[in-house]
Amino acid sequence: MKASAFSYHKPISLEDALSLLESEEEVKILAGGQSLMPMLNMRFVQPEAVIDVNEIEELATISFNDNVEIGALTRQKTLGTHSIIKQHLPIMQEALKWVGHFQTQSRGTIGGSLCHLDPASELPMIALLYDAELEVASKSATRIIPMKEWALAYMMPSIAPEELLTKILIKPWGMPYGYGFQEFARRHGDFAIAAVGCLLKLQDGVISEIAISIGGVEDVPRRFIECEDVLRGSKYDIEEVKKQIIGPLDQINYIDDSLVTGSYRQKLLKGLLVRSIEQAASRANSL
Amino acid sequence: MQEQDVRMHVNGKQVSGKVETRTHLGDFLRQAAGLTGTHLGCEHGVCGACTVIVDGDAVRSCLMLAVQADNCEVITIEGIAKEDGSLHPLQEAFRNNHALQCGFCTAGMITSLYAFLTENPERNEEEIREAISGNICRCTGYQGIVLAAKEAASKMAKDRN
Ligand code: FES
Ligand code: FES
Repeated sequence: MKASAFSYHKPISLEDALSLLESEEEVKILAGGQSLMPMLNMRFVQPEAVIDVNEIEELATISFNDNVEIGALTRQKTLGTHSIIKQHLPIMQEALKWVGHFQTQSRGTIGGSLCHLDPASELPMIALLYDAELEVASKSATRIIPMKEWALAYMMPSIAPEELLTKILIKPWGMPYGYGFQEFARRHGDFAIAAVGCLLKLQDGVISEIAISIGGVEDVPRRFIECEDVLRGSKYDIEEVKKQIIGPLDQINYIDDSLVTGSYRQKLLKGLLVRSIEQAASRANSL
Repeated sequence: MQEQDVRMHVNGKQVSGKVETRTHLGDFLRQAAGLTGTHLGCEHGVCGACTVIVDGDAVRSCLMLAVQADNCEVITIEGIAKEDGSLHPLQEAFRNNHALQCGFCTAGMITSLYAFLTENPERNEEEIREAISGNICRCTGYQGIVLAAKEAASKMAKDRN
């Protein structure tokens, strides 16, 4: 349970970090360390070099103009209390209640959650709901990756070895809309067995706009487009919703492992989905 | 570059030394600083036994490299009691309520609750349970720990006002 030896670099500017990423081989980027450190300790990864980005202050900012711009190094703890997040992305703060524990949120970062890309992780689900844009930089270029193209496969984001995630850009929905976030885990702070996030707008009782993301049930968290499509444009009636979602729920390729069966996940997801839609609708109605 | 000098304040005292960069803070505190009150259970962030306070935040010391704590202010279980040796309200309450049996989880429980209740001692039972949900105890069944935390919280709230 001890990490293998590596050379350690602690750049204090983004530029230095990007140069190191280009020159070093077999690199791991260390941000909050709440996922990488266990993997190092268990020797699931044995990098030659670790680049610690914690001193790069320019990566730890939150600002708003049109978009909420969140530096990749922003700690989960900061997101959980920040006034800009509270005002524009309240669902993110609701989701954060499910992320680990306060002793891990003090270090864990949003960029780390997005790059680690655990199937059950909540922050990617929020980024998905808003079609966030991720800014990644390398020594030679900066590019934007749309969130829907971020996950390539199980725990594999579409980022090159010499690139660093620097910023998350999220365009909040215009008012009025409602939001809901529901999750089930065996213990507070554990990985979700299933989780659902939902944003919706109601116009004269009709679901005019809806976004749903799901986590914990497949290899990667994703938007539940099939479900959005059947609900968009239909009259909001929760008994109807319960029938409408059955088809889309049947199409999911549920994770089925020794702890939790796929059919249990499906039942759970259904319940959470109904609750999150109800929660979002009641918030939309109360505005 | 696989070894580096580090220097930090631990419980108010300067501690420095040369460490391998792969050494996590928990090992550094136990081995280099000789502070064996911090316990290492799982070393992958699950059990919470290794919790210490770094620059005011409770963190898992197995998930932070010693070199990352360079120039930081660290508090371990050894730094919770007052200098004259009198116990902190949390330690007092743990003793009163039989909140420990083998004691393996205790350092992490107390450092976690110390950070949590110092920030705001006015917490209800649910919040307390949530705060220690990342700390595993295999002996007590948690009842005594929760009772102790409640007792300490009201003492700390009183002391503050
Ligand atoms: S030893 Fe650090 S969390 Fe278990
Ligand atoms: S007292 Fe033994 S693990 Fe908690």
